[in-house]
Amino acid sequence: MSSQDIPEENLPAEQGHAHGSAVGVADEQNPFADPGLPPHEHRIQDIDERAAKRSERAVAFLFTLSMLATVGFIASYVAIPADKSIFVFPIGHLSALNFALGLTLGTALFTIGAGAVHWARTLMSDVEVADERHAIAAPPEVRAKVHADFKQGAKESGLGRRKLIRNTMFGALTLVPLSGVVLLRDLGPLPEDKLRHTLWAKGKLLVNMNTNEPLRPSDVAVGSLTFAKPEGLEEHDEEFQNEIAKAALMIVRLQPDNIKDKQELDWSYQGIVAYSKICTHVGCPISLYEQQTHHVLCPCHQSTFDLSDGARVIFGPAGHALPQLRIGVNDEGYLEALGDFEEPVGPAFWERG
Amino acid sequence: MSTNENTESNESRDRGKAPAGERIADWADGRLGIYSLAKANMRKIFPDHWSFMLGEICLYSFIIIILTGVYLTLFFHPSMNEVEYHGSYVPLQGQLMSEAFSSTLHISFDVRGGLLIRQIHHWAALIFLAGMFVHMMRVFFTGAFRKPREINWLFGFLLFVLGMFTGFTGYSLPDDLLSGTGVRFTQGAILSMPIVGTYISMFLFGGEFPGHDFVARFYSIHILLLPGIMLGLVVGHLILVFYHKHTQFAGPGKSNKNVVGMPLLPVYMAKAGGFFFLVFGVIGVIAGIAQINPIWAMGPYRPDQVSTGAQPDWYMGFAEGLIRFMPGWEINIWGHTLVLGVFIPLVLFGVLLAILALYPFIESWVTGDKREHHILDRPRNAPTRTALGVAWVTMYMIMLVGGGNDLWATHLHLSINSITWFVRIFFIAGPVIAYVVTKRICLGLQRRDRDKVLHGRETGTIKRLPHGEFIEIHEPLSQEQLHTLTAHEQYEPAAIGAAVDDNGVERKVKGKEKLRAKISGAYFGEDQQIPKPTAEEYKEITSGHGHH
Repeated sequence: MSSQDIPEENLPAEQGHAHGSAVGVADEQNPFADPGLPPHEHRIQDIDERAAKRSERAVAFLFTLSMLATVGFIASYVAIPADKSIFVFPIGHLSALNFALGLTLGTALFTIGAGAVHWARTLMSDVEVADERHAIAAPPEVRAKVHADFKQGAKESGLGRRKLIRNTMFGALTLVPLSGVVLLRDLGPLPEDKLRHTLWAKGKLLVNMNTNEPLRPSDVAVGSLTFAKPEGLEEHDEEFQNEIAKAALMIVRLQPDNIKDKQELDWSYQGIVAYSKICTHVGCPISLYEQQTHHVLCPCHQSTFDLSDGARVIFGPAGHALPQLRIGVNDEGYLEALGDFEEPVGPAFWERG
Repeated sequence: MSTNENTESNESRDRGKAPAGERIADWADGRLGIYSLAKANMRKIFPDHWSFMLGEICLYSFIIIILTGVYLTLFFHPSMNEVEYHGSYVPLQGQLMSEAFSSTLHISFDVRGGLLIRQIHHWAALIFLAGMFVHMMRVFFTGAFRKPREINWLFGFLLFVLGMFTGFTGYSLPDDLLSGTGVRFTQGAILSMPIVGTYISMFLFGGEFPGHDFVARFYSIHILLLPGIMLGLVVGHLILVFYHKHTQFAGPGKSNKNVVGMPLLPVYMAKAGGFFFLVFGVIGVIAGIAQINPIWAMGPYRPDQVSTGAQPDWYMGFAEGLIRFMPGWEINIWGHTLVLGVFIPLVLFGVLLAILALYPFIESWVTGDKREHHILDRPRNAPTRTALGVAWVTMYMIMLVGGGNDLWATHLHLSINSITWFVRIFFIAGPVIAYVVTKRICLGLQRRDRDKVLHGRETGTIKRLPHGEFIEIHEPLSQEQLHTLTAHEQYEPAAIGAAVDDNGVERKVKGKEKLRAKISGAYFGEDQQIPKPTAEEYKEITSGHGHH
């Protein structure tokens, strides 16, 4: 160890020894000597029995209060209906049952504690005493004995001599946990290209999330923010949560000449643009829309995207623009997707590329 | 026959039947050897200081969490099966939600006292983590982590980190909109890990997010795996506290070789036992009046929905800050994406915590001190350590501010962009400023202690001398105070050993040695600490030629 080459004199003197460990009064040698434990000072309860009686009554009062509070707890449990609400100043409206149970249970517990602490502080002996400490490390003889025992044991096992046993044993012990690791394989499927695809496909209608009706261009007004899902995805579906986590869409209408990005314009329909609702930072749904600037903001980590400019990131921790969905209108006049997203939606990952 | 002998000996000892308690104790001793254990521990001495109860708060809130947690498992269904809600909370009737969410509603509205237990559980968890944070600061700033307690520091550190993850997996269980958003954030952070990210995510969630498995898996982690490990660590932590005996501050009669205080039985049995009830009682009242995590107001989780002002529990706030203040760096190269904007915060999260774990070993390397330390440092007497600690806490706090940047913005009507820029700048600048300021304060306090020892206490009594000069009377300190203020040790900076040995042969000075000399100089060199008064200085001043 490098520290062992520090000479002893570089270390400060042992605490307590610096001024002589012996307890004594200040002398010529050392004005800072340890005067020893100060004399015990009596409390009023130690010398006045009436004061001690008062303390005893105080402790008993607290314990009695606890008993009453427990009775109160049980009474509240039985008597107060679970749906009753009360107004408590200044907190506001509370569940009456929760309020009563909390106060009574809290009081029942707190007064036990207060009683015990008051008892300890006023009536139990408060004379300070000193205990000796002993070094944690074993004395040299013990150390030598243990080392010798260990060497003897190791020798008797023959582990050092019989290399074949040793090596095969290490081999076996190294391999056996592999079974446990292998067993974890079925925790989940491999990623493959799961994160690259969503339910969107050519011809899928854009369905309004709130009304569950397919959207027409006329349903999307300038300045409004509409959330949409792919046609055929219903809340009761087994995989609804997984699919909506990737397919959620937000739709806004811009003036076509306000769209700065050429691809965005090409992929829009009469100024209606559809972007993934899932933030490219860590996947929160984006839900705040600033009508005047066409900025959208993720409420989780405040990544801000400019929907009039290819949804590029203009502030915050997101690393890339929101993926845009190509949309058009079908023969019946409904908005439809012209394919899946061209790039993975949501947070970036190693294989995203 | 042995029974006969026993009875005989008992009779001869007590002339009659021993009291029941004594007989039970004898019975147990014959099988468990409890008397030897009790001999060492029953009257064990514990020193008294308010800061020593911080650890007790953690222990007691941990016990409260276990008690209330067991109760909650009786009613909670860790399942992500979608059900339609038909319970007594009217606003959510008919809504689709997971069984986890609906059973949490059931606990909150239909199980009498269920809401109270849920709130006690959650409040106790917040207090547990806060208690550990403050307890660790106490241990850090007083140097209680030094030999022989480094391993116990690590135990405590692990409890803090595991506590964070137990808390996180716990508040994710109800599958509400807020916690689900937090789980999504975690999944996004996992995805950012190079090479393995997508695999870990698929394996953790049993497929794509959110899947149908994570509540059940988090449940097993939250109620079994992590608390099991933590219980073991808590027991180990306590055994080591008993084994090492408690530290104490310097003072009259207190040395590195003794421990001064009052015995476990009866004083600390009553105080510490009573304190458990105090902590439980306070948390019970808080849970009765202060609502926490009202999941019914947030609604069930949907990956395409979110609420504004989403915040994790406080102890995850600094991770939230790290992820919010980071610029969105992304590198696309050779068909792969390096998501630095998310991955760097993930690494920083680990690094910031790892520094805590390693600090005792770093300091003992710098000082080269291999002795046992049972006397606590006053923070001012270890200025560099104290300054480093405050710098770390400052960085943590800046991250907490960053984690709530939206709340600061809305509540103080500030621009969120400026707050984020403030956090970015002060992530570095804050700790530097804190370091410098703290060190100055420590040195100032050391100077004041030195003045007090050498010149006595300022009495506030102004005296007018015959020739018109006004002086303030200084009163010499008592022997106790003199001792207490001079009992701390001061290290000399480690010097690089001679480059030439006794035989005149040059030896190579290793880079590591130079580095240590440099760090040691920064810790203990000139102007890094105020030399404590020596006996000579004191005698010179008090011998009559002094100023006052």
